[in-house]
Amino acid sequence: MTTRMISGKTVQVNEEGFLLSPDEWTKEIAIEIAKEEGIPELTPAHWKVIEWCRQNATNGRSPTLRQITAGTGISTKEMFALFPKGPAKKVAHIAGLGKPEGCV
Amino acid sequence: MAEETRKMAFICSKGTLDMAYPALVMGWAALGNGIDVTIFFTFWGMDIIRKSRQDHLEIAPVGNTSMKMSMMGIHADNAGIPNAIGVLPGMTALATKLMKDKMQALGVPPVSEYLQMLVDGGAKLYACKLSVDMMGLKKEDFVDGVIDIVTAADFIDMTEGAQIIFI
Repeated sequence: MTTRMISGKTVQVNEEGFLLSPDEWTKEIAIEIAKEEGIPELTPAHWKVIEWCRQNATNGRSPTLRQITAGTGISTKEMFALFPKGPAKKVAHIAGLGKPEGCV
Repeated sequence: MAEETRKMAFICSKGTLDMAYPALVMGWAALGNGIDVTIFFTFWGMDIIRKSRQDHLEIAPVGNTSMKMSMMGIHADNAGIPNAIGVLPGMTALATKLMKDKMQALGVPPVSEYLQMLVDGGAKLYACKLSVDMMGLKKEDFVDGVIDIVTAADFIDMTEGAQIIFI
C-alpha cells in the first residue's frame, strides 16, 4: 500500500495505482487519472458511466463491462470508443474503484 | 510513450459447446486489458461463426471422461456417465441443456451474443479458406463480424508478434 498525491489530495493506492478507498475519490482526481489513461477530456457520456459504476460498485469493486452496458444502455462499441483499450478497467481506475471481478 | 500493444491470436478448431467458450472468455478478457485480439476459425471451429450453427453447439456425454454424474445433479463422487447411457437418444441434448443453464445462471451470454461483444470490442475474426472449401461454405454463411476468408499463410502473416493460442 502506498499513497500518492493526485490533484492536491493525498490518497491511498494499490500497486497498480487504483484507489483503495472509494471515499477518497473526487471529480478532480477522476479528471487527473483520465488524463493519465489517455483520455484528455471527460465528456457527459464519460461521467454517466463513471457515476453509474460508483453507484453500482460491490465491495468497492467496479461492475464488469457487460454489467455496465446492460445497466447504462451504452453499447460495447461506444464503451470501447469512450474508454479505449480496456473500458471496464479504465473506468474502475478513473472512478476510484477496484478492478471488476468476473469473466463477463 | 510508444508502448507496443500486446497481441493475442486464437485458433478455434473445435465446434462443441465446451470448446467454443475458451476463446470467447479469454478473448474478452484480453480486450478488457487493452490487448489486440484476432481469432481464426478452422475445421469444426467454423460452427462458432456459422449463423445457422452458432447457437446450436452441443456437448456429448459419450466418451467424455470428465463429465461426471455429479454434473447431472446426481451426487455420486467420481462416477462417470456410462457410455451405454450416453448413447441413449436425448442424452446429448440433455447434457447441452444442463451446460447452457449453468452458463446462463452465471450470466454468461450465449455464443452468438458473446461473439458479437468481442467484435464490438474490436476483435478481428477470420475463417479458414481450406475449411470453407472443404465444407462448401460461403462468406454469407458467417456472422457479420467475420472480416474475410483467409489461408493459413495469411493468418501467420497477420499474427506476427502475437501470442498464439490453439483451441
